[in-house]
Amino acid sequence: MLYKETGQYNSTYQSDHAIFPLAQDKIAFSILMLIAFFIVPFVVDSYWEKAILVPFLIYSMAAIGLNILTGYCGQVSLGTGGFMAVGAFSTYKLMTMFPDLNIMIIVIISGFISAFVGILFGLPSLRIKGFYLAVATLASQFFLVWLFNKVPWFYNYSDTGQITVSERTMFGVAVTGATAPPYATYLFCLFLVVVFGFAAKNMIRSKIGRSWMAIRDMDIAAEIIGVPPLKTKLTAFAISSFYIGISGSLYFAVYLGALEGTESFDIMAISFPVLFMIIIGGLGSMLGSFLGAAFIVLLPIVLKNFMVDLVGLSAVTAKHFEITIWGLLMVVFLIVEPHGLARLWSIAKEKLRRWPFPY
Amino acid sequence: MRLKHLLTGIAASVIAIGSFLEVATADLKFPMLVYRTGAYAPNGIPNADGFVDYYRMINARDGGIGGEKIVFPECETGYKTQVGVECYEKHKKGAMVFQPMSTGITYQLIPKATADGVTVYSTGYGRTSAKNGKVFKWIFNAPATYWDGASIAVRHILKENLGNVKGKKIALVYHNSAYGKEPIRTLETLAKKHGYKLMLLPVDHPGQEQKATWLKIRKSRPNYILMWGWGVMNSVAVKSAASIKFPMKNFIGIWWSGSENDVLPAGMGAHGYKALTFNAPGTNYQVHKDIKKYVHDKGNASGDGSHFGTVLYNRGLFQAMVQVEAATVAQKIHGTSKITAAMYRDGMESVDLNAKRMEELGFKNFSPPFKNSCENHGGSGLAAVQQWDAKAKKWNMITDYMYGDKAVVDKLIAEDSAKYAKEQKIALRCN
Repeated sequence: MLYKETGQYNSTYQSDHAIFPLAQDKIAFSILMLIAFFIVPFVVDSYWEKAILVPFLIYSMAAIGLNILTGYCGQVSLGTGGFMAVGAFSTYKLMTMFPDLNIMIIVIISGFISAFVGILFGLPSLRIKGFYLAVATLASQFFLVWLFNKVPWFYNYSDTGQITVSERTMFGVAVTGATAPPYATYLFCLFLVVVFGFAAKNMIRSKIGRSWMAIRDMDIAAEIIGVPPLKTKLTAFAISSFYIGISGSLYFAVYLGALEGTESFDIMAISFPVLFMIIIGGLGSMLGSFLGAAFIVLLPIVLKNFMVDLVGLSAVTAKHFEITIWGLLMVVFLIVEPHGLARLWSIAKEKLRRWPFPY
Repeated sequence: MRLKHLLTGIAASVIAIGSFLEVATADLKFPMLVYRTGAYAPNGIPNADGFVDYYRMINARDGGIGGEKIVFPECETGYKTQVGVECYEKHKKGAMVFQPMSTGITYQLIPKATADGVTVYSTGYGRTSAKNGKVFKWIFNAPATYWDGASIAVRHILKENLGNVKGKKIALVYHNSAYGKEPIRTLETLAKKHGYKLMLLPVDHPGQEQKATWLKIRKSRPNYILMWGWGVMNSVAVKSAASIKFPMKNFIGIWWSGSENDVLPAGMGAHGYKALTFNAPGTNYQVHKDIKKYVHDKGNASGDGSHFGTVLYNRGLFQAMVQVEAATVAQKIHGTSKITAAMYRDGMESVDLNAKRMEELGFKNFSPPFKNSCENHGGSGLAAVQQWDAKAKKWNMITDYMYGDKAVVDKLIAEDSAKYAKEQKIALRCN
């Protein structure tokens, strides 16, 4: 009743091509953005910031990156942890080499460095496909993490291989370091995620995104109709790594503040969870990246807080329950809706159109 | 329908379990970051049980600290840094002290706790240079640091070789993380001083896979092996050393690699394995009698109570004791039982656990005395060597408590903390 397109006519190409063609969607999204930018910063405390919002935004960024490569271009990658490490360590090196450089610029440059590394590791994708490519990208995971552990130049010869962020400001407010106020780090991440989220959405809807999808759906056919596989696959690797690099940069500089490469970018800590995010959220869907990140990052915390604070379970019992429930939910979701949470959402929207008079 | 039954069943049982748990009502909050799950649980469980039993004993025997009951919410980290951050943020409000039980999480918390004004007490782990109270106002790592540990192990080796280790090969098998890398610099500096050759053999998390490491050891036959391990890594390493018939008396672990759980799986093969320690094992102390009387006999033991008196359980007792003592001292300094986090820090800095005080607390001869001060947050730096007797299944102390190479360690600490102070623009205290 409320959610229907009846009476909304597109009279220009522009309105036909809008990201949100329905007025209701547009309004809902604008309200969401208004809340995110103008209400949340005033109420966010450090628990919400450090435990929930900032990790959610950072993982969403990584999931968008991986979704571009795996969901849209069809190149399965297990190298996310490695590319995030590139972002993190380039940020650290740039911060210590150029103490006066603005943090925003450092984050973006770190993205470009990751993109370059992504291209290098993307080269084998021209020869290998599917599972074999997944194994090849594993090499980047292990090699890069090993490199940042082995070569002390990357962590400025510190004793333990730890890298620690120093304070950087935007408009006079600290956004990195321990004294950064919660709203500042949150807004910093939100800004980057929104800007690059829109950029990704538009790339996907334009020529480059369509050629990625052509390669994904059938690479030989795509080549015959004139989509160059080399260029297409490498741009997917580059842009995907750019996003993942930025998320790695934020992960280090804004979220953790201090980290050690082998632990923080372990395959079980980053690469698999991010892959699960896009699978559960929905391969080839922008919304899916966010939903998947929310599912993987937030669900354990929600379950834990529910069981420990509300039900009063002991921490360890709650953990056992959490692991079990989380695993069960994952299986259930994949059985009920193999196309991910994003698909569930679009089904819900379909239903909503006919509500309350389904035929 | 069936699903509904199942859900009600789960909900009912969850509520039933919940009602058995203690309800927090009191004042002094000592949040516990524990790991009773995951690859590090074999070490995490006995240690956490030690803490819980001690807190419960203090609450039952003395009615808390100066009349204020201790609350100790547990937060399960699984030894994961990110989860540790979440736990810290969740519990930092009103918290007196955090004991992260992980070097990785400690590194995370150092800047955060400093900004928030919460004490972090990393007992014999964490960042070594936090010993320098001039730079690290809120961080304490008494009674000994990893660099003390490394130099004490080398001192022990020197003693066995009558002061000459020139040309000998010493291998360091370490957990490939901030924790395991801590001693490297000290061992390198000492290698220059004493002329031994150092071999570095990292073992990746979680430490299950060590085949390549021990193959290398078999090939190059080092004279001594030092180990910085934790969790399953310890027992796998001890087993591997036993299986290549490495002389166990030349295999020395840090104090985190010397618990019963680490050597028991290797059976007789572990006989003679050595480890450092700054606390004694066993149950012959007053504190154990009190815990037995006030906690275990009333059926309140943490976990199944089976770890009572083990090395890591006793270390948990020691850690909890220092944390409680700091609160007592803080109450004395500030003349109030309702202390704040800032007052608690003052207490921690003035902790003076001399032999007499230890005896009063029920810890007579349990560990060497130590004292914190404004400059020194790292305690005495004393540790002893203990050796595993696989026949009797117990640890025996084979040396007295000894100091490390102060000249080397203090210089390295001064360098490292100065570097940190410069990076983070910290003004020096205690002038």
